[in-house]
Amino acid sequence: MALTLDDVKRVAHLARIAITDEEAQSTQSQLAGIFKLIGEMEAVDVSTIAPMSHAQDVVQRLREDRVTEPSDPEHRQRFQAVAPQTEAGLYLVPRVIE
Amino acid sequence: MLHATLKQLSDGLTSGKFSSVEVTQYFIKRINDLNKSLNCFISVDAERSLAQARAADALRAAGNAQRLTGVPLAQKDIFCARGWLTTCGSKMLSNFVSPYDAHVIERFNAAGAVNLGKTNMDEFAMGSSNETSFYGPVRNPWDRERVPGGSSGGSAAAVAARLAPAATGTDTGGSIRQPAALTGICGLKPTYGLVSRYGMIAFASSLDQGGPMARTAEDLGLMLNVMAGFDTRDSTSLQRDTEDYNRDLTKPLAGLRVGLPKEFFAAGASADVIKAVEGAVAEYRKLGGEIVDVSLPNMALSVPVYYVLAPAEASSNLSRFDGVRYGYRTSDYGNLAEMYEKTRAEGFGAEVKRRILIGAYVLSHGYYDAYYIRAQKLRRLIAQDFVEAFKTCDVIMGPTSPSTAFKIGEKSGDPVQMYLSDIYTIAVNLAGLPGMSIPCGFDSGGLPVGLQIIGNYFSEARMLNVAHQYQLATDWHVKMPPGCEAFKS
Amino acid sequence: MKWEVVIGLETHAQLSTASKIFSGASTAFGAEPNTQACAVDLALPGVLPVLNKGAVERAIRFGLAVGAKINRRSIFARKNYFYPDLPKGYQISQYELPIVEGGSMTVLVGDTEKTVRLTRAHLEEDAGKSLHEDHHGATGIDLNRAGTPLLEIVTEPDMRSSAEAVAYAKALHALVRWIDICDGNMQEGSFRCDANVSVRPAGTDKLGTRCEIKNLNSFRFLEKAIEYEVRRQIEVIEDGGKIVQETRLYDPDKDETRSMRSKEDAHDYRYFPDPDLLPLEISEKLLTEVEENLPELPQQKKKRFVENYRLSLTEARLLTSSYNIAGYFEGVAKTSLMDGESLGSADFKLCASWVINDIAAKMNEEENLPPWAFRVSSETVGHIIRRVREGIINAKTGKELLVRFWDEGQRKSAQSGGYIHGGYLQQVDELIRDEGLSQVSDGSAIEKIVDDVIQANAQQVADFRAGKEKAFNSLVGQVMKATKGKANPQQVNDILKRKLAE
Repeated sequence: MALTLDDVKRVAHLARIAITDEEAQSTQSQLAGIFKLIGEMEAVDVSTIAPMSHAQDVVQRLREDRVTEPSDPEHRQRFQAVAPQTEAGLYLVPRVIE
Repeated sequence: MLHATLKQLSDGLTSGKFSSVEVTQYFIKRINDLNKSLNCFISVDAERSLAQARAADALRAAGNAQRLTGVPLAQKDIFCARGWLTTCGSKMLSNFVSPYDAHVIERFNAAGAVNLGKTNMDEFAMGSSNETSFYGPVRNPWDRERVPGGSSGGSAAAVAARLAPAATGTDTGGSIRQPAALTGICGLKPTYGLVSRYGMIAFASSLDQGGPMARTAEDLGLMLNVMAGFDTRDSTSLQRDTEDYNRDLTKPLAGLRVGLPKEFFAAGASADVIKAVEGAVAEYRKLGGEIVDVSLPNMALSVPVYYVLAPAEASSNLSRFDGVRYGYRTSDYGNLAEMYEKTRAEGFGAEVKRRILIGAYVLSHGYYDAYYIRAQKLRRLIAQDFVEAFKTCDVIMGPTSPSTAFKIGEKSGDPVQMYLSDIYTIAVNLAGLPGMSIPCGFDSGGLPVGLQIIGNYFSEARMLNVAHQYQLATDWHVKMPPGCEAFKS
Repeated sequence: MKWEVVIGLETHAQLSTASKIFSGASTAFGAEPNTQACAVDLALPGVLPVLNKGAVERAIRFGLAVGAKINRRSIFARKNYFYPDLPKGYQISQYELPIVEGGSMTVLVGDTEKTVRLTRAHLEEDAGKSLHEDHHGATGIDLNRAGTPLLEIVTEPDMRSSAEAVAYAKALHALVRWIDICDGNMQEGSFRCDANVSVRPAGTDKLGTRCEIKNLNSFRFLEKAIEYEVRRQIEVIEDGGKIVQETRLYDPDKDETRSMRSKEDAHDYRYFPDPDLLPLEISEKLLTEVEENLPELPQQKKKRFVENYRLSLTEARLLTSSYNIAGYFEGVAKTSLMDGESLGSADFKLCASWVINDIAAKMNEEENLPPWAFRVSSETVGHIIRRVREGIINAKTGKELLVRFWDEGQRKSAQSGGYIHGGYLQQVDELIRDEGLSQVSDGSAIEKIVDDVIQANAQQVADFRAGKEKAFNSLVGQVMKATKGKANPQQVNDILKRKLAE
């Protein structure tokens, strides 16, 4: 399954990363090498094996339904001190057209 | 103080030989002298460190000192530390002063340890050479034209060059062990789930694990005693009884079954590396070890499997960096789509973008089963190989890295070559096992070689025992890179 | 051509937990922007999700209530897409293995019962809110809602008209409140529906291309949007066009649906199991715990009301339209018993009628009254009814007492800012005694008044005798007026009839 230039542009868009045509081309050739390596996976028959998502066979721990986080403007201020653009407690982004 | 281990510094603080402020000042001075040429640290904040040192001295004076109270440590810049710039080696977070502490940082703070600064790393821990850092490559103290390995390269170089007695690292595919090997220090990646990932900026969540880097096995144990522990804020954190990882250090190794997987010694590793590792194996035989042949037949698949699973998780984990709530935002945008795409194109470096694209591709419609599911199935095969192997041995040994430190720029143009340098370490992450690297010799060019020790789940205490006994019998771990002493103040 | 409409609904019910599904931040509505968005909700680098037990319990509760299969192992997945109110760049949801699978709801459409099969119900997190009011041409993002637990309830395409869809949505709305997993506040967005609508020639099996209408937050909009969409689709097809599968938005001002262009961008959500969360396993213990705490469901309760209280199906249905009303009725019934009566023997028609008509009317008078905030206790009401049934007071007096207590409760509550009942059980008898409210059942006394009334109203008497039934009522009214409403109406009727027939 060789990656086409369109594939590269499609995933770049999915990942919201701007990519020029030249970048897409060089990326395509690099990814071709990587996917050749990845292609080695095809050598093994995996039809009877169950996928493994986690290193430990443990199950999800549940948290009691309790409010543990403060909700005050000072707290918000601490978080918004690192924000690119805020106003009246809101994060600002270019207008979203719906 | 230069050669003092963490243990010795701790003892000195306990006996009143020196204060935390004195130790901290000493290392800050060394950082000031040497960091320019090594580029180990992204941020240092002497005032903040000294304030912590003063607090530690006060704690000690009040009789409330713990083992690591007053000891200065370097923290990999992947751990969020409140009030500290926390960049993860990326332009994307080049302005991010963390509003909260990672669990690991909280634990060191609670133990009274001093934060010396945040160490350089491959961007978002994606790299094996430290060349992908937005803050420039770290130089290997043994040869400044060479890489220290990665991604915890800053921590490794700092410990090797005695800019810090010990440091934290994280290991997703070898990021603690490989740089430890390439800089001649010790590094331990614990069993997945032992050290909380809360506040440790995620690369590949199912593989990431924080761990200690130091010059002796005993120091690793002291660090791990603080770092490991259950955390309710990490769903993958394991609930276990507290243990002293150094409890078995002095046990003799008679009867230790050392498994040698033939795949570790097949073509691939350099002759010098193999020679050093074989020397270490011989030493273990002398110490009472019994050598067992084992096999990890699917190990070669670990690299392709890893380069599906890790980028897949990363592509999703890194979606939060969008220029909305924190971090870098492009200065030039007309609309939301442009803001996203330019922010991420400018904020991420080439390797990170490459992996995000790989990840987005393998998860995308029509490819998920062929790549992601297949890789998860192979992950199970790889993990099962270890289960089989551990039926006949207590630890597995082999090289940490196929080669010693390579030249800066040597592999950076060829991602596949770079990825293959993690061939011996990746399988351990896929299985979730603990793995460590300790120095076991030098190549013909005087560059350190690392011995990898892989243990069964939760066998950290045994592994530290195995490493400690070797270090009692050998002196590879006390060697110091040339030219570092010359800067001694 | 005759067309058949095919509708499936996806409903997002906000679960009534105190904290968010993956963080310890509060879910309370209406806080200052971003004050209830903690590090986890903001997706700061390094933070991790931990699942809220309260959300899991509520999902199980729902599954049990609709007779679904509770998957003992379910998986959380990431749905990846970029949107400014989605802080992580992915939504944690359930994809391949949801917590609840199958089940059904039987709803009443007009007079016929209709069964709607459920496909699944899964847990997921809500996104924040984008505020498009002017911030210098920018959009403001409030993440207070981000991470609020949702149960997404998906039906099979089983509904055939907007009326069926609305009936299902209303029944679902009543159920989630009944089992107390969602406050059902549609204005605040706690319960919102997406409708998948398609049409096909009547008598064919193949489903037509569907459009999804998003975020319908009132039953009226749901109905209107479906009706518009059906008309639109039929028109497009009859004009020789084709329906394009797309997401549409309903505009209530124009009463039309329109394509959401921003969503047209072909989605590839790249679902995969969330590595930060482990498989959710529901233990026998948790399942039993939830099962034991599950209230009696509307269907069971309805059946029981018919059997135990000897009510009609209609009465039982009306009384079980809400959990609170049903509980209130049972409280009223219990204290309405006369000496020597038991639940198995008494007549509860009067109780049913009062609760269905009088109490419901009083509840409806006040806007925003919580559904449990009855102004008079059920015990007090039951006692009034008992006195009516005993003949101590007549029904009119009883209802006057009810209204008097209710208004008092309302007044006191308003003064205190809390919820206080008006009147109390003993006060019923005190007032009957102190204010002489007992009805006049003394036959001779009533007879005398009837005589007076007949004498004073010769015209009406003549009218009645000439066959005008209405005149009788007027005469009864006169008698009641003369007794200040306290005469036993039955007795008045009997005596009056007898006298007029003389």
